[in-house]
This record gives sequence, structure tokens and C-alpha cells, in this order.
Amino acid sequence: MTETDPAPVIIVSNLIKQFGRFAALRGVTAEFPGGKLYAILGDNGAGKTTLLRTLAGLNQPSSGEVKILGASKFHDICQQVGYMAHPSLLYDEMSGMENLEYFARLYGITSRTRCAEVIRSVGLDPDLTRPVGQYSQGMRQRMSLARALLNNPQILLLDEPFSNVDLHSAKEMVQLLARTRDQGKTIFIVTHQAALLEGAADEFVWMEFGRIVERTRELKRPDRPGTTAAETAQ
Amino acid sequence: MSAPTGITRVTLLKDLRLEWRSKDAINSMLFFSLLVVVVFSFSFDPTAEESRQIAGGLIWVAFLFAAVVALNQTWARELRNQVLDAYRVSPAPANSLFIAKTLGNFIFVTVLEALMTPLFIVFYRLRALGPVWQLMVVAVLGTWALVVNGTFFAAMSIRTRSREIMLPLLLFPISIPALLAMVQSTTAILNGEGARFWIVLLATYDLVFTTVCLLLFETVLNAE
Repeated sequence: MTETDPAPVIIVSNLIKQFGRFAALRGVTAEFPGGKLYAILGDNGAGKTTLLRTLAGLNQPSSGEVKILGASKFHDICQQVGYMAHPSLLYDEMSGMENLEYFARLYGITSRTRCAEVIRSVGLDPDLTRPVGQYSQGMRQRMSLARALLNNPQILLLDEPFSNVDLHSAKEMVQLLARTRDQGKTIFIVTHQAALLEGAADEFVWMEFGRIVERTRELKRPDRPGTTAAETAQ
Repeated sequence: MSAPTGITRVTLLKDLRLEWRSKDAINSMLFFSLLVVVVFSFSFDPTAEESRQIAGGLIWVAFLFAAVVALNQTWARELRNQVLDAYRVSPAPANSLFIAKTLGNFIFVTVLEALMTPLFIVFYRLRALGPVWQLMVVAVLGTWALVVNGTFFAAMSIRTRSREIMLPLLLFPISIPALLAMVQSTTAILNGEGARFWIVLLATYDLVFTTVCLLLFETVLNAE
């Protein structure tokens, strides 16, 4: 964090998350200024998804603290957060519009226009009546992103948003996310396709063995000796 | 944020819509209950008097087992694509989800009972000697007892590896007082005897367990 950075929207202090005897997060400490796009990178088992799920209030920390927009309890600020997981978080039997109308109501949004607007913003047709289960993987990912954007959140937590999405669509999604960031939102993207975010991300956050090992402005993997995270997980 | 009742309503409507499209729960429940009626009718050949003695037990055991099928389906739907996480990160209250799921299950099991009761009457030549309206009261209270606990314990067991076995293991022991009240009151009404004590017991059971489930559901929903 530099002096010119805006105030941090997320502060993580010595965050530890254990699943039985396995520590997925081993003392993560970081501050993330608002209005930026962060790419969270690392090998499988590095703790990226666990970190994101902990920020989203889905995992409770074993110890340490997470403060989002000044609040320690996720429920106090959940209206300000959008979350997209690796699975779609959508009902396969319902159309995209039906899904979004349902989730909008959970946030107190009753406007059908808002649902149509976010569906269009991700490049899909709100009048598409076929169920989400019949969508292509790429369409499902985009509809999932639309669901995360529905409540116009200040903070977006996205887990592998580009997986199984064709290159053209993925680039469109990156452009949409960059525009969203330009509107002052803070975006965290866990991805294995870091190259897509080159030029769009403000910071690359590198994780290894459940820790943040480096934060870089360029997409340059830090040279660190030792074993890979996958080897450690074994 | 929408009022909790509004969220309960949209969640219930969403569940009814999903069930209408997939018919997962209702088809399996119907098939199972039908099987019980037919198999038992072949096994026994009771007189009208004997039927009145055993029908209460048969009917409620059949509905209890069939309800377990619906109860497992309710939460399985939320696990596909991890949709439950989308609810958990939203500001919607946990109890709105619980009430919607319980009401949904109540509707499914009531539909099953409405379809299966005439078959029971025909196969077992049943004729109630007591007031039939009391049977309606027992049906409503008994069904609620099954689904309120069932929905709660199904939510508890969704993250376990063998959840389809876990649900009956948790649900059946805790349902014994309710099941006893349901069977005894049904038998008493069919035989023209007083069922007031059992109906009051059932109502008390419903009240206590509904309150406990509502108090604990948020913890169960957010458990890892």
C-alpha cells in the first residue's frame, strides 16, 4: 500500500483457517485499498478460494480477523458484497431471468428492469427462456457474474470467473470488470488465467502455502525457492 | 431489504416451481406410499374392526417414510451448484428460508396424504366411528410435526457424506412422541373414542419443536 492509495476496504489480520489438521490459511495479513482490481494467484492448494470464502463470510476464521468496510461481522455489510463461486450458484431448472428475480428479492430488489440490465451487461439476453441447466458453461459463468452484480456491490469476490469461458467472452468479461472497477468498486478475482488480467488488474496478489507471499503491480511470478503448494498439501 | 415474510413467500414459490418442473419429490413419495398400501393389503386381510385398530399405525408410518424422501430432496436442490451459498451471502434471514422449506414440505406431504388417504380407505375398508373433522386436525398437526423436524434435521445432515441414511437416524427417534400421538389419536377417532389428550400432546410437540428449530436454524445453516 502506498501513501496515495485510498483507504483500505478490507483489512485482514493474522488470518488462520484450519480444516481439521490442515491449515488452508496460515496467518494472512493484508490491507486492500478500495477501487482496485486484485488478481489473487497461486498454485492449487495455496489458499486462494479459502481466502475468498472467508472474506465472503462462508468460512469462519479459526483465528485472526477480517474487517470489510469497517465491519467485523459479514452480515452487517453483506448488502455491499457480491460473490461468485466456482459453481454457478444458480438453479438449473429455472431460466436466467427467473434465477435473478429470485436472488434480487433476497436483496430487496423488486425491479425486473434491474435484472434485465445486469443480464444485458454480461452480454446475455434477458428474454432467453430456456433453463440455466441447458446453457453452455460460458453462458452459465456470465449469468453467475450477473447474479453477483445484481445488488450493485461495492466489493466483488469472484472465484475463477473465466474458467471454461472462451477467450473472446473472457476478454469481454475482463472489460466489464475493469469498467466496474472504474466506477469505484473493489474487485478480487481468484484465477489461474492471470494473463487475461494483464493490463486490467491493479495488483497481483501471490499466495503460497496459505500465505500472501508477494503483491506485484506487474504479472511477474515471484521467484521463491522450495516446494510447490501442491506438494506441501500432500 | 425485503420483509422476512416476502422472502419466505418468494422462496416457497421458487420451491413449488422447481418441484412442479422436476416432480422429484412428489413422484418418489407417491410411488413409495403406493407400494406400502399395496404390499400391506396383500399381507393382511383384516376385518373392518381390525382395520380400525391397525390403520393409524400403517398410515402414519407410510407417510413418515415417504416424507423422508421429500425432505432429502428439498436440500439436495440447494446443494446442486452450491446455490445455498448464494442465500448465505445475502442479507435474507435464515429463518425465512427455514419457514419456506417447511411450508413447501408441508404442502408436498399434504398433497400426498390427500391422494393416498382414499386408497387407504378403499384397501382397508375404513369407516370412522368418531368425528372425521378431528382426523383432519390430527393430519394437519401430525404432518407439521413430521416436516418441521424433518426440514431441520435434513438441513443438519446435508453436509454429511451419507445424508440419506443420516436423516432417518436423526429424525425417527425424535419423532417417536409425535408418532405415538398421531397413531393413538387416529386409532381413537376411528374407534369412536376420545382423542383429546393425544391431540393436545401433538399440538404441544409442534409448538415446542417449531420454536426450537427456529432458534437453532441459523446456526445449522452457517455450520461448516
